[in-house]
Amino acid sequence: MERFRGHVLVCAGAGCISSGCFEVEKALKASLAKHNLTEEFRVVETGCIGTCDLGPLLVVYPGGVFYQKVEPQDVEEIVTEHLIGGQVVKRLLYKDPKSGEELEKIDQIPFYSKQLRIALRNCGQIDPDSIEEYIDKDGYKALEKALKEMSPQDVIQQIKDSGLRGRGGAGFPAGLKWQFTADAPGKPKYVVCNADEGDPGAFMDRSILEGDPHSVIEAMTIAGFAVGAEKGFVYVRAEYPLAVQRLTKALEQARQRGYLGEKILGSDFSFDIEIRVGAGAFVCGEETALIASIEGQRGEPRPKPPFPAVSGLWGCPTLINNVETFANIPAIILNGSGWLQEIGTEKSKGTKVFAIAGNVNNTGLAEVPMGTTLRELVFDVGGGIPGGKKFKAAQTGGPSGGCIPEEFLDTPLDYESLSKLGAIMGSGGLIVMDEDNCMVDVARFFLEFTQDESCGKCTPCRVGTRRMLEILTRLTKGQGEDGDIEKLEALGNLIKSTALCGLGQSAPNPVLSTIKYFRDEYEAHIYEKRCPAGICQSLLRYEIVAELCQGCGLCVRVCPTKAISGQRREVHVIDQELCSKCGNCLSKCPFGAIRKY
Amino acid sequence: MGNCQCTTKASDPRWQKLDEILAEWRDKPGNVIPVLHKAQELFGYLPREVQEYVAAGLGVPVTEVYGVVTFYSLFTMQPKGRHTISLCMGTACYVKGAQAILDALREQLGVGPGETTEDARFTFEVMRCMGACGLAPVLVVDEDIYGKVTPEGLAEILEKYE
Ligand SMILES: Cc1cc2nc3c(=O)[nH]c(=O)nc-3n(C[C@H](O)[C@H](O)[C@H](O)COP(=O)(O)O)c2cc1C
Ligand code: FES
Repeated sequence: MERFRGHVLVCAGAGCISSGCFEVEKALKASLAKHNLTEEFRVVETGCIGTCDLGPLLVVYPGGVFYQKVEPQDVEEIVTEHLIGGQVVKRLLYKDPKSGEELEKIDQIPFYSKQLRIALRNCGQIDPDSIEEYIDKDGYKALEKALKEMSPQDVIQQIKDSGLRGRGGAGFPAGLKWQFTADAPGKPKYVVCNADEGDPGAFMDRSILEGDPHSVIEAMTIAGFAVGAEKGFVYVRAEYPLAVQRLTKALEQARQRGYLGEKILGSDFSFDIEIRVGAGAFVCGEETALIASIEGQRGEPRPKPPFPAVSGLWGCPTLINNVETFANIPAIILNGSGWLQEIGTEKSKGTKVFAIAGNVNNTGLAEVPMGTTLRELVFDVGGGIPGGKKFKAAQTGGPSGGCIPEEFLDTPLDYESLSKLGAIMGSGGLIVMDEDNCMVDVARFFLEFTQDESCGKCTPCRVGTRRMLEILTRLTKGQGEDGDIEKLEALGNLIKSTALCGLGQSAPNPVLSTIKYFRDEYEAHIYEKRCPAGICQSLLRYEIVAELCQGCGLCVRVCPTKAISGQRREVHVIDQELCSKCGNCLSKCPFGAIRKY
Repeated sequence: MGNCQCTTKASDPRWQKLDEILAEWRDKPGNVIPVLHKAQELFGYLPREVQEYVAAGLGVPVTEVYGVVTFYSLFTMQPKGRHTISLCMGTACYVKGAQAILDALREQLGVGPGETTEDARFTFEVMRCMGACGLAPVLVVDEDIYGKVTPEGLAEILEKYE
């Protein structure tokens, strides 16, 4: 790679693709060709760089100059001014929202400066389609070290000592799971990578697979060596076709180079990996359901024990870990277990990737040391709430998690602290909500999700979540009754203790945690028939302010239900019985005479 | 499904392709879902006839194939429109106003989620997160991803697909 004078990284993560990065790339290549620079500057299409809402993004090396919101017509200027002239194009730099100062380098940007990237170490840095670039970043060195210098037990011991816990949700110690699988009698054994990423709002696994697929392949191969497996499966959700495509290519390259296949790197160890694509079922992220799905059946979970480590795929011992868990492995093997021990908190070692989304300025992917506070994540990395609005809650753990209110913003993010609050770490989805989000409606949203995704095998989940959803729907329609909150709590606790799998056991969490912290909002819906956030349509009231109304009659014309009446040039009124709360009148009134309550 | 399709089977390359897929996967464990994915790619959907053919080809009961098809939301037994609109109703998109987009789409298309317009131009679906949460609300038409969608901007997007 030395023969190039510089590199231009083009982020091709899902966010940037939707903001048109391929057009920018095309313009860039055309401009380089025009100036005869194709041999001097290499254009590298990378996985997600992280700051999704600033896309399309370009990073120019040497220097690491970070250009944001680049349009195709900006590219010529970057090429002539910066690449040829050596002058940074200031107007395309990121401006610090606090000081208004232009920040030139990627690592000066607050979004990145608090991060520590282990699982995402190569994401947005290398071309995911190039095994050479991965190898240049110490890729496959950990596998070589494991095969040549370590015994399988040494490898397991390293992972155990590192304190690494599963990043897929439950936080089970990874080393222990590896040990159980290695110790379990029976052959063959399997290694499975859970890339189902079901939490709607989380996209770190996708970014790792798309941005650094070899790290997962290398880790699974090391795991195969450690537990005594010769075959691995990656179970990817069907919504991620690009991940499947990049992983497929990476697998071929690894086979060609002898990192997969027979007698890897001259050892006696053979291993290969197959991709299996899901078919749209959230419950398939649960490990026993996922195994059933790989076997070709309906993805229904089964009771545990036996755990997959003892009896998994086709009844054989199976190690199943999440994508992000695997992505940590090569770094631990190379740097030693003591290195990870130094990072994070006492019980939660290392880092966690969070997908920051919702009502926050900087949406995207950020990897921070465990123990970073929620406040740092939302306000420093995330840049706070847009439009001067007030922070209301952060939702972690998706449909299995809970909402954390403002008073707990200083909670350190680790497994124990989050579950103490009734939330969970989950896979790292972090949805920020502001004063305009209704917590009852959010709880209803999650229940609708779990109800929809319940596989129907056990009654508490199938029927219980339906009853809870019915109550919540009533609340948002203004038909709540005294006693509904208590009913929700009783039902929720019952489902938690009796459902068959984690889906049902955690489904009530979003409801119970919002009742715990936002009971007043539930009460407003029930007793005052009012939605404080102004979200629940049926509870809204539109009224005409007499002093402002000019009697122009425009609202009468746009009202689909003929709920507005009044003489021309006289004050109009809305008939609340007829009003369908569509909001047409509010958006059309030229005098701002319509108010929403 | 109509018998007419059976009589043309021999001349329809899709069935020949399906035969090849079945031969490739027949002896692999856990083959039902991968084969159904490929069959749906070929035919656009999974009518009963295709399910029966897959079952016979893999040597598994039709009930098992049907059980799998009905369990997974991505498998469909209804033919699709020329274009598929998938609106993300994941958490990030929901808190950024995906419900308003859904209502607007319903109005503009005249059909609800899971349905196809009468002229077979669009099939309207909702999905749960396609991993572009940073640009919520997100809409996907065929292979094209649109971020930060607004109800007002929908018409312009739909126009591009005939
Ligand atoms: C309903 C449900 C959905 C789950 N979805 C996922 C998922 O999408 N991705 C994942 O890695 N783990 C998911 N899990 C957790 C897995 O069951 C399992 O614990 C995990 O894959 C183990 O890997 P880890 O120890 O590396 O975290 C889910 C669990 C439940 C109960
Ligand atoms: S929630 Fe819509 S893309 Fe993730």
